[in-house]
Amino acid sequence: MADVPVPKERWSGKIGTVVLGATPEDGGTRSRSLVLGGETGMPFLSYEGAMPNRPLIAGEVLDCPGELPELVRKEFEGATEDPVAWAKAWELRGADIICLKLHSTNPEELNCSPEEASQTVLKVLRAVGLPLIVYGSGHEEKDAKVMEAVSNIAPKERLLLGQAEESAYKSISAAAMANEHAIISFANLDVNLSKQINILLTDFGTRKDRIVLDPLFASLGMGLEYSYSVMERIRLAALMGDSMLQVPLICDTTSAWKAKEASEEIEGQDGLEERAMWWEATTAMAALISGADALIMRSPRAADVVRKARDDLRGGI
Amino acid sequence: MPTAIEIFKHLPKKNCGKCNYPTCLAFAMQLANSKAKLEDCPFVSEEGKAALAASSAPPIRLVKFGNGQRLVEIGDETELYRHEKKFFHPTAFAVAVSDLLTKEEIRGRVKGICSFRFERVGQILCFDAIAIRDDSGDPSKFTAAVEAVAAASDTPLILVSSSPERLRAAASTIASRKPLLYGADAQNLMAMSTVAKDLGCPLTLIEPKGLNEMAALVTKSKGAGLEDLVLDLGPKSLKEQLERSSMVRKLSVKKLFRGLGYPILVDAGKGEEAVLRGMLAVMKYGSLVIFEDISEAQALPLFVLRQNIFTDPQVPIQVKPGMYPVNGAREDSPILFTTNFSLTYFTVLADIEKSKVPAWLLVVDSEGLSVMTAFSAGKLTPEIVSNALDSSGAREKSRAGLLVMPGMVSRMSGKLQELSGMKVLVGPKESSGLPKFLKNL
Repeated sequence: MADVPVPKERWSGKIGTVVLGATPEDGGTRSRSLVLGGETGMPFLSYEGAMPNRPLIAGEVLDCPGELPELVRKEFEGATEDPVAWAKAWELRGADIICLKLHSTNPEELNCSPEEASQTVLKVLRAVGLPLIVYGSGHEEKDAKVMEAVSNIAPKERLLLGQAEESAYKSISAAAMANEHAIISFANLDVNLSKQINILLTDFGTRKDRIVLDPLFASLGMGLEYSYSVMERIRLAALMGDSMLQVPLICDTTSAWKAKEASEEIEGQDGLEERAMWWEATTAMAALISGADALIMRSPRAADVVRKARDDLRGGI
Repeated sequence: MPTAIEIFKHLPKKNCGKCNYPTCLAFAMQLANSKAKLEDCPFVSEEGKAALAASSAPPIRLVKFGNGQRLVEIGDETELYRHEKKFFHPTAFAVAVSDLLTKEEIRGRVKGICSFRFERVGQILCFDAIAIRDDSGDPSKFTAAVEAVAAASDTPLILVSSSPERLRAAASTIASRKPLLYGADAQNLMAMSTVAKDLGCPLTLIEPKGLNEMAALVTKSKGAGLEDLVLDLGPKSLKEQLERSSMVRKLSVKKLFRGLGYPILVDAGKGEEAVLRGMLAVMKYGSLVIFEDISEAQALPLFVLRQNIFTDPQVPIQVKPGMYPVNGAREDSPILFTTNFSLTYFTVLADIEKSKVPAWLLVVDSEGLSVMTAFSAGKLTPEIVSNALDSSGAREKSRAGLLVMPGMVSRMSGKLQELSGMKVLVGPKESSGLPKFLKNL
């Protein structure tokens, strides 16, 4: 019989790991900590390298649901009105992490104070045992203050704070470093910019094992192919030895809900609810296959689909 | 394609000039660039021809089935990652029909499959093939079902049966449609390859045990004179599908091993699992997927994923330049302009929609470049924007006289105001600032 060779690639690089969440042993209150990254080969190819830690699914929770699509509210049966109930619902639905976005702090809308918003973080931490990702509202100046307050109110919890950009990274990375939290570095769809922000962060003193990179994952039908290839190129460069890219990758797939096909009826086609769910699931699968170590997801049903696929891809682990 | 030196080794080295090139090496260089034909050399040996044909064959064979306009072409891929060049032949999607259905039911089902037609960014999305399954084990039923499907649609066909006799009987009646036969396994390979050869149809090989076993099956099929093969690697899990498909692609395109260079078929089944198998096939090296059943809501995301993954990464995807109404724009709504790079357009559009403020989006032809890149490259100048205002009939559609420009290129605001005669407002630097900007307008 013909003997087919195994086309194993010999990579010189390895993705670093980042620990999220601290248990009481480490001074925190999480029921367990989780590890991101650690791959020694391209995604899910067990003949090529190890993927010691499974990619994690973070359930999105907003402190003010604002324009959250009706379909998602329905899926949570009203829990979306209260971040604590929402986070608990995600924990029950099998999320690995909670991703809390403090949109209430947006100075152009509700303009809640950093103190008020950080109280929500505390409440969620008390209600669930999962590690936490915390974002502000995307307003640079305000986020700097919000993240400082969040960092200080939960000093030992090993949160993942979002996000450091080239134009605004100092105050947030200082806030993260002060209390040993991890940080999300963000770059807009580009391998070199991704590298650049990680260089800035490490030069500023952030430890590499506290950085998770978000290269912006565009949703299905809205530029997904760009992100897909940027992710693959980042991962390939990292495995080939580019140390500044050897960090875990995080992708926010909730943007899928912005796509027309996921939010509007299409003439002659039924099943918007089903289609929207698959829109996010497909976006998340593309992120996973191209190298994501963590996914931020909105729909629990889409998360169920992706979780099953992830476990199957890892051989049932 | 082999290099000039590799080709040169097989040439007679006479430098006779009969090929119209002065030396054999010059001829080899032309051959390597596909600018000359090997037949032009009268002295090249049969072994040389065979060796060159084998090494210049595409790493993954191009297989065709169906005919006319609805021809399905799969395989002929050369890359591991789409950013290296591009993926050439989009994964074909097929839906299965069982021969247990009555003639009426078959007609209805085929109609249902063909009615899924969706236009998106200038492409028509529809199923590429229909697979008819021999579930009955009854030759007359299977043949009747194949005939019924063939009569109801011109979609390319895949005939699924484990019996060479039943497959021959059914395929003979529609041989001119050149169906894909599915398929042969280690037990019935010889009988199946005779059927495929007699009818001139491509044949699918089924071998779930592993790649070694599949390679053995391929060798036997080639020995029987078959070249148009499709491989069903029979994965039991997503892990097996990803790993086996990735190995086949890598072995073939990196020329480590040539015995598995054929397109891969994924028999996806139905339900959530099938959709996931379909997605994986699109992203990682599956050329043909057969769904037992799939809803429209599941199919559309898959088709769009295929559209995304198979776009050419070297050609920026462009949006058609022009004036687009957003949020029910009227005559008194302002105009915002941006470039025709699709990512830029999608982002700006989504942010205007978020504001719920009626507005016109003027998409300026920047040859597919984003705002800053276009500005730097001189593809987004006050003149170009002003011309776009004229050619798109923008001033007739919006009479508000208000033009909002991307904050990143505020430098050109003065000149633009002068040229356009409109009141030019400098918008936010990031499109995410648009909702607030528009609400306060």
